[in-house]
This record gives sequence, structure tokens and C-alpha cells, in this order.
Amino acid sequence: MQSFVTHTGIVASLDRANVDTDQIIPKQFLKRIERTGFGQFLFFDWRFLPDGAPNPDFELNRPIVAGASVLLARRNFGCGSSREHAPWALADYGFKVVIAPTFADIFFNNCFQNGMVPIRLPEADVEELFRRTRAAEAAGGPYRLHVDLPSCNVSDDAGFSRSFTVDPFRKRCLLEGLDDIGLSLQHVDKIAAWEAAHAALAGE
Amino acid sequence: MSSTPRTLLDKIWDAHVVCTPPGELPLLYVDRHLVHEVTSPQAFEGLRLAGRRVRRPDATFATPDHNIPTTDRRLPIADPISKQQIDTLRNNCLEFGVRLFDLGDADQGIVHVIGPELGITQPGMTIVCGDSHTATHGALGALAFGIGTSEVEHVLATQTLRQAKPKSLELRVEGSLHPGVTAKDLVLYLIGKLSTEGGTGHVIEYTGPCIRRLGMEERMTVCNMSIEAGARAGMIAPDQITFDYLRGRDYAPRNFDRAVAEWERLPGDPGAVFDRVEIFQGGDVVPQVTWGTNPAQVVGIDATVPDPTAFGDPNERESGSRALDYMGLKGGTKIVDIPLDRVFIGSCTNSRIEDLRAAASVVRGYRVAPTVHAMVVPGSGRVKRQAEQEGLDRVFRDAGFEWREAGCSMCLGMNPDTLTPGQRCASTSNRNFEGRQGKGGRTHLVSPAMAAAAAVTGHFTDIRHWLYR
Ligand code: SF4
Repeated sequence: MQSFVTHTGIVASLDRANVDTDQIIPKQFLKRIERTGFGQFLFFDWRFLPDGAPNPDFELNRPIVAGASVLLARRNFGCGSSREHAPWALADYGFKVVIAPTFADIFFNNCFQNGMVPIRLPEADVEELFRRTRAAEAAGGPYRLHVDLPSCNVSDDAGFSRSFTVDPFRKRCLLEGLDDIGLSLQHVDKIAAWEAAHAALAGE
Repeated sequence: MSSTPRTLLDKIWDAHVVCTPPGELPLLYVDRHLVHEVTSPQAFEGLRLAGRRVRRPDATFATPDHNIPTTDRRLPIADPISKQQIDTLRNNCLEFGVRLFDLGDADQGIVHVIGPELGITQPGMTIVCGDSHTATHGALGALAFGIGTSEVEHVLATQTLRQAKPKSLELRVEGSLHPGVTAKDLVLYLIGKLSTEGGTGHVIEYTGPCIRRLGMEERMTVCNMSIEAGARAGMIAPDQITFDYLRGRDYAPRNFDRAVAEWERLPGDPGAVFDRVEIFQGGDVVPQVTWGTNPAQVVGIDATVPDPTAFGDPNERESGSRALDYMGLKGGTKIVDIPLDRVFIGSCTNSRIEDLRAAASVVRGYRVAPTVHAMVVPGSGRVKRQAEQEGLDRVFRDAGFEWREAGCSMCLGMNPDTLTPGQRCASTSNRNFEGRQGKGGRTHLVSPAMAAAAAVTGHFTDIRHWLYR
């Protein structure tokens, strides 16, 4: 897995709650059998007009957020379907970090598997980040955030600084870019022992 | 064994933790792994690249359901990309030795319908699938939840999952449901009360007399939609209804009585403590209809479409207004005045035999309204055959419904069954997200009986006043 240590990037804000994975990557793009190439379909139905042209009203299509790598969102981001195509699409598009007050569980877990950090911040802090993003954009420039995973801190260069929590194991996997299947297979003797102990119980 | 009283979740969890290595998340053993064509190809490919095998092919079961046509199965699949995905599942199952209920297999169907139906799902088990509606299997007293494709690969390779223990939420439903009010109405009502994220981080255990009275398939409908409240899983303690349902099924334990003796120890101990408890009254529930673009945006059939500008919470206000805009509705419109173009009876929420019986009893002796295009998609080959034996297919066809082959179909419209932009559909499925049933399509979630009544009258109709013929 790709590792994540620190990252500084342009913030794109998506001011809607309950963004579900059907919106992040609509079902017509789930038929591919590869893990790659989903970025072009990210937010497809919002991002493109029926004739295929980019929708100028959609947040991510604004020139000021071109090259954004930090997504700022509202509550319950990534709800709905378990499709990992959603984090695949976000990562492939270039996002490294998603910040929201709350995330849906499966999406949250899926992010870690793809070198992407989902950051939960209190609603008031997220509101403040929306405010700072709008202010920076009104002043003509994109807003940037810096994420430091070892210290679990997210900051800008104008005084915003908050710590966030990440499960220590997930953090280590991200920092070291660990193959977690390989890691689990180190405990294969314990798995085998569990199986042996339960074979009798299974009634077969 | 500890002496502290434990919940159903505690008991299943404790029994499945293989180990918690220092500084790591627990490894949870997975008893049954269900696989479908959409979320598995990348996982099998990962195994192949790493030279790994499937650890327990005997505990892994696969079926194509999401992507498949529901028309004549003898015809080739028209969409080459769909066909490739289905062929890939077949080849992967062959290569890795996984039992596949393939297209054309008598037991093929929606993964969450065939698991319980074949007895693959059993009380006390941990069950995962690369699909968020895996919670369905919790109806039999299993801990069942959806996972992503990387986790699918992890389970294929190790038969375990890295998981922190979720919190427990008891949803106690007192009393009983009024006539005409179904398990679907109950769960939509509960989601409306909890919100789409009210269950996040939790496993819901549904308890109380109202839940105990539900039949096995009704319990599946309730647990199925736990994810729509954000919950990791939903479960119901096993009882005689569960055991009677499982007895004699293909994959049920051979020594069934010994298994039952084990299962009887699963329900939570008296005094076991949940992290959270919410209590509702079954008698408060009326037939439900969603008006928005998430399942918590729901009201009773006797209500009007709400006016989101009056909502207190700014997030709800914004998403409510956006939803009405998308749905082409105005606040204040009576739900019964909303006309429909399509009716879909199917999906892992409501495509089992009891669902089809309920819908057929409404339809019997009536015709589908001329303005409505209605279809029934049974959840599995078995459900379809059973329905045909009972003559339900004739009831539906005579009324003007299409009668299809088993699959997910218009629940998510990955196959050719989709809404066209602007079409409004009464659907027995579980998600009314924007574009879920087809780009621009407008989905209202309802029970099978309510969907059937809407098909006949052409608009939402209070099933409690239906004249059965
Ligand atoms: S019927 Fe719908 S919700 Fe159920 S598994 Fe299929 S696509 Fe998912």
C-alpha cells in the first residue's frame, strides 16, 4: 500500500451532507474489473452535464480548486454502498485527505486501504475550515491545508491548527505503507489454532 | 467465560476474536464469506498477484446478482462489460475453488436472499460480504456486515478481518404493528427517527415484543436496512422462529438439534448492558413513504411532503431542499396525490416469497394503472419457482406486471433495468439516493403491499383502506 506521512494541498469544499458512495462513483462505472482509472468518473452525475461537458456549477469544476488534494465535506460522508470504488475514485482523482465531521463506517475503513486519510473534526472546526476556504477563494487564491500524520495534526499557515485521532494500528499501516494481509498472515498459526478449536463445534 | 452478563454481540464477538496482537486491531474470524461479481474481481486479482490462495473455499460462496439481466436467461448478455465481470467471477471461482451459484444455477439469486434460504447463514456466525446490505443475515442472529474490496481480499487470504469492536445499540420496539403496517414500514420509521447516521459505529440489536412477533423474512427486511441508519450491522436474537426457518435447509448443520442447543445460548444475558438504548412503539408506525433522496427522509402515507425550509438543522434544511428539487416535489403536497410512472417490487429488502405473497394479494383481481410500468423481480431462483407454484406469477402477469428472473435489477440499475430521467418510481428497495435507479430517476421507498397498491391506482394509496378482492 502507498504510504502517507505528511501532505500539503489545495482544499476543495463540498458543502453537502450525506454524500453517498452512489454519488461519489455512480453504478455504471462499477463494471470495471481493475482498481485503477476511476478518477475520471468521480462525482460523475454532478460533475458532468448530460452532453458530457463539465458542469460549471459543480464545486470541483471551479478553476480555483484545480489540483485539489484535500476534500472538505459535511456530515456522514461516504454513506451507503460499501463500494471501494469510491475511495479508488477519490484517490485516483488526486485526493489524499478527506475532512468531515463524521464518516460512514465502511467508507472510513476503505480509505485507509488506499493510502488516504479520513479526518474527523468537530463540526465547528469543519465550519471554520469552510469559512477559511471561502475567504481564501474570495481573496483570489486557493486554500491550503497541511496534514502531519505522525503528530496527527492539520493546520494552515494562518493559525488554524487542530489535532485529530487515528487508530494507532491504522496509523502505523499508513506511515509504513504496510501490506496488512501480509501482516495478518504472520498470525496464521493462531488462525489455524482457532480453526482447529472450532472445527468440532461446527457440527460437521 | 466471563461472568459479566453479555449481549448477543458480545458473545459472537468474543467467540471470534482470534487474537489481538499488541498495538494492532483484533483479528476477527469470519465463518462465512459471500461474494458477488461487482466487489470481488480486484480482490481475486490481488490474491493472484501476491501468489495467495483462498484460505477457506469451503466457507466462501459466490453468486452473480448485481449486474445480470433479468430477462430470458438463455439469451447472451448484451452488455460486454457486464458479461466480462460475470465471466471474471466464474473464472475466479473455478481457479480458487469457490462454490458458485452461477447464472442458470437453480439456486442463483441476490446474495442476501440465497444465504439464509440455503441455510448458509446461521445463528452465532460472523458473515461478511463486499456489500453494505450484508446486515440482512443478522436477522438469524449472526453478526453480519459489509466490507470493502481490500477487506474482501483480506478475508479471502486469511479468513479474518481487522476490526475494532463496534458499539452496541439496542433498538427496542414495544407493542405490535397495526394491520397493513409491515416490517418495511417499521424499519423506514426507525431510520427516520435515527437519521441516516444515527447508528454509525454501532451494531443494532432489535429487541422487544414487536420484533419477536415478526416472521423470519420480516426480520430480514428490518436488519437489511440497518446500514441506512449508518449502523455497522443489525441483528435479532435467534428463537424458535429462527430454528424452524433453518431446519431442513441445504446447508443447515447435519446435527441440527445439537446446533439448536448451541444457538439457544446466544441471546443476551439478563442484565447485559448496551452502549445505547432507544425505545419505540410499534403502534406508532403507519405505512411509510420516502419523499427525499435518503431513506431517513420519510413520512407516513397520511402525511404531506414536508417543507424543508422549516427544518431546524441547517444540514437537514439544505439536503431537504436539494432533495425536493431533485424529486420534483413541493412541500405541502399530500403523499397520496403523488403520481407514479414505475413500480419495482424486488431487491434484497423485499423480494422474498412473503413479500411477493403480500404484493400479489393486493394486486389480485386488479389491473396495473395504464400510466404505470410495473415489474416484479424475485430475489432468487427458488423464490421465483415457489411463487410460480403458488400461481403468484399469474396474478402479477394478469394484472399487467412484468415477471422477471432473479437479481438486483432496478434496485441499483447496473443492468438494463433502469429509470429514465424524471421517472418516478415506487420501489420496495432500500435506497432512494439520487440516480440510484437510473440517472435523474426519482425513487420512493415503500413496502411491497404499498408498491402493489400504487401500481394499481397510479399514485400512493393507503394500504390500510385497501379493498382486497
Ligand atoms: S438488491 Fe440492491 S441493495 Fe441488495 S445487494 Fe442487490 S444492489 Fe445491493
